[in-house]
Amino acid sequence: MQEATSTGSTIEQHGHAGLVADWAADKQTFTMPWGKAMMWIFLLSDTFIFSCFLTGYMSVRTTTTTPWPVPSEVFALTIAGHHIPLILIAIMTFILISSSGSMAMAVNCGYRGERKKTALLMVITALFGASFVGMQAFEWTKLIVEEGIRPWGNPLGAPQFGSSFFMITGFHGMHVSIGVIYLLVVAFKVWRGDYVSRGYEIVEITGLYWHFVDLVWVFIFAFFYLW
Amino acid sequence: MAFVAIADRDHEQEHHDPHTFVSKYIWSQDHKVIAIQYGGTAVLVGLVALVLSGMMRLQLAFPDYFSFIRPNEYYQFVTMHGMIMVIYLLTALFLGGFGNYLIPLMCGARDMVFPYMNMLSFWAYLVSVIILMSSFFVPGGPTGAGWTLYPPGTILPGTPGSDMGILLMLLSLAVFIVAFTMGGLNYVTTVFQARCQGMTLMRMPLSIWGILTATVLGLLAFPALLVSAIMMIFDKTLGTSFFMPAVLSMGQALDHQGGSPILFQHLFWFFGHPEVYIVALPAFGIVSDLLSVHARKNIFGYRMMVWAIVGIGALSFVVWAHHMYVSGMNPYFGFFFATTTLIIAIPTAIKVYNWVLTLWQGNIRLNVPMLFSIGFIFTFVHGGLTGLFLGNVTVDLPLSDTYFVIGHFHMVMGVSPIMVLFGAIYHWLPKITGKMFNETLGKIHFWCTFLGTYAIYLPMHYLGILGVPRRYYAYGLSDFIPASAQSMNVGITIAALFVGVSQLLFIINIIWTLTKGKPAGSNPWEATTLEWLTPDTPPKHGNWGHNLPVVYRWAYAYSVPGAALDYITQTDPQKGGDIEEGDHGKH
Repeated sequence: MQEATSTGSTIEQHGHAGLVADWAADKQTFTMPWGKAMMWIFLLSDTFIFSCFLTGYMSVRTTTTTPWPVPSEVFALTIAGHHIPLILIAIMTFILISSSGSMAMAVNCGYRGERKKTALLMVITALFGASFVGMQAFEWTKLIVEEGIRPWGNPLGAPQFGSSFFMITGFHGMHVSIGVIYLLVVAFKVWRGDYVSRGYEIVEITGLYWHFVDLVWVFIFAFFYLW
Repeated sequence: MAFVAIADRDHEQEHHDPHTFVSKYIWSQDHKVIAIQYGGTAVLVGLVALVLSGMMRLQLAFPDYFSFIRPNEYYQFVTMHGMIMVIYLLTALFLGGFGNYLIPLMCGARDMVFPYMNMLSFWAYLVSVIILMSSFFVPGGPTGAGWTLYPPGTILPGTPGSDMGILLMLLSLAVFIVAFTMGGLNYVTTVFQARCQGMTLMRMPLSIWGILTATVLGLLAFPALLVSAIMMIFDKTLGTSFFMPAVLSMGQALDHQGGSPILFQHLFWFFGHPEVYIVALPAFGIVSDLLSVHARKNIFGYRMMVWAIVGIGALSFVVWAHHMYVSGMNPYFGFFFATTTLIIAIPTAIKVYNWVLTLWQGNIRLNVPMLFSIGFIFTFVHGGLTGLFLGNVTVDLPLSDTYFVIGHFHMVMGVSPIMVLFGAIYHWLPKITGKMFNETLGKIHFWCTFLGTYAIYLPMHYLGILGVPRRYYAYGLSDFIPASAQSMNVGITIAALFVGVSQLLFIINIIWTLTKGKPAGSNPWEATTLEWLTPDTPPKHGNWGHNLPVVYRWAYAYSVPGAALDYITQTDPQKGGDIEEGDHGKH
């Protein structure tokens, strides 16, 4: 091993050989900026947080002694005389997934060096996110004020329905809100031209967080609203 | 634009050199100062926990003698002792202290990758410690639910500190987890992404492997504790029923229904078992380096040691329910978890054999760090073997909640990691302070601690087999406990107080080093690793002066045949002495 100076990071290898080369390299294991590596590790840790929340929810759903309310009826809206189950949550999910699309476009524009377009797309993503949080506030208000559901009690059945719902969607909504702020801050700095010389990796890092929050929502949607 | 590794860049990175006292020692972003801040805080809070354990022992030996220790206080001492020792001392000192100090130095980096976040990590840790300590001063005192905090009792009246104490405990844990996450992300990213030229993963010292794996475990295990803390805070403050079944308390039905106390136990131990290895793996890694340096021999089977660390880390996530054999869970779970638990014995035994084989035919320098390392092998084998008893469901059932369990886990995750901590502090003190400690004082400290802890914990196994239950305030007249058990309790207490007081020797030695210690030179142990090769001792901000080090071989080139000295440093450009010649694990 006298070629201690050779680094695997300069040679692009693919598949199994590339994996071995990355892990056997000196200096750095993954060819990416520190911030991006750290974001991946953080998201892995955050995955465990949400997994524990969802596991806890599934567990109390099986142990509770009172019947679980039917989600499609709780989460239904009457619009123009039509009773439509899960309509609000369908719109919210659509919006959040659309925001992932605009985020991906922002990352693409960033790497092309199109400064203003990147910032604009990030602001659009943030607006999608903000409207998601707004609809969530509407949904919470409806459940609390009209249905009388509280974290500690629930006139429709199991009290754990309210406690799990407010805890999990609240924790996710907090992630979305933080993401909106994060997006706006980075968008402002992109607009100002902070990354012209440093490169636009930060847009991708922000995007990683945003896509993660979307992906978590898909699981919450499936386990809470569709089960 | 491809990203350029830091070691390949020109000297463009800014040196945020501190100038004032405050920016140098208080709001410092230097990993070495942060490490000392972490370590100092952890040792101080550990002393509190040590005093608490002394008071518990006083009560057990001389029941009804000390009027200030009533049942409530006793349970509060038990709880706070356990929680402080496991989380706020051991986790913080190994990862926040040694992780911070050693990772950049041993990997050849100038600092952690995000120094500002690293600084925040320490200050958040300090806040969590202050919150925890403040629970001693609130009405009702700290929680007395036992460090496992099992509901429903924990948050119901009757348990000491069930009002403010438990809330402060949970809040403190949540803040600690935030602090750990900020630090832990830094440690992992630094090891993966900021090594110097030539430092491949398989050339890293085992200390770094242990710290890295433990940090990854922490990042994946602490979420379970965070989630259970949040749920329990809601159960306590909002009246939710995550962990609370229908309960009759003081003759009255409470508002809770339908929750699952077992869910808390699963979440807690999904964190709690990896936590054992969060404490043990850095100790494994560090002791490997200490043994190798002071036996002047390469570590036996380096590759197997690395794989054993990673393997133990992975397995630690599938054994948690062996803490719950008596919880009433499905017996088939017990079969599964007993099997996985016993499988962990294989990589652990590999490590023990390799430590012993490292000593075999070594040129052993029996100095203080080496004494503590050899002491670790004894205490660890001892605690590991009693673990085999407790890992089997049928043997565990009668031993559950007895002093056998206390003896076991204090041996394996109390005394053993602390042996390594002392060894490590003595080993790196000449680098941290630039001065040599008092060898004689250190040896007396070792023998008092080593023999004293055996005098404490060995008799506890016997008490456990007699069936003496743990966490009892006093035993009174119990027919199944012979009177001789009480005299043994007195003996244990005397030994415990002796060990507790003898830790003053350690503090005296630190003060002696700082005031009267002779300059140690940059490499007093004639070690090969990068931290001993810094241009300044103690290392200055930025660690390496103008140029980053370049590494040519693994960390264990001791007694290489044909070499001029009995060690070849990692940065020595001469040929030979790399892992291919030295690692027996490959052949």
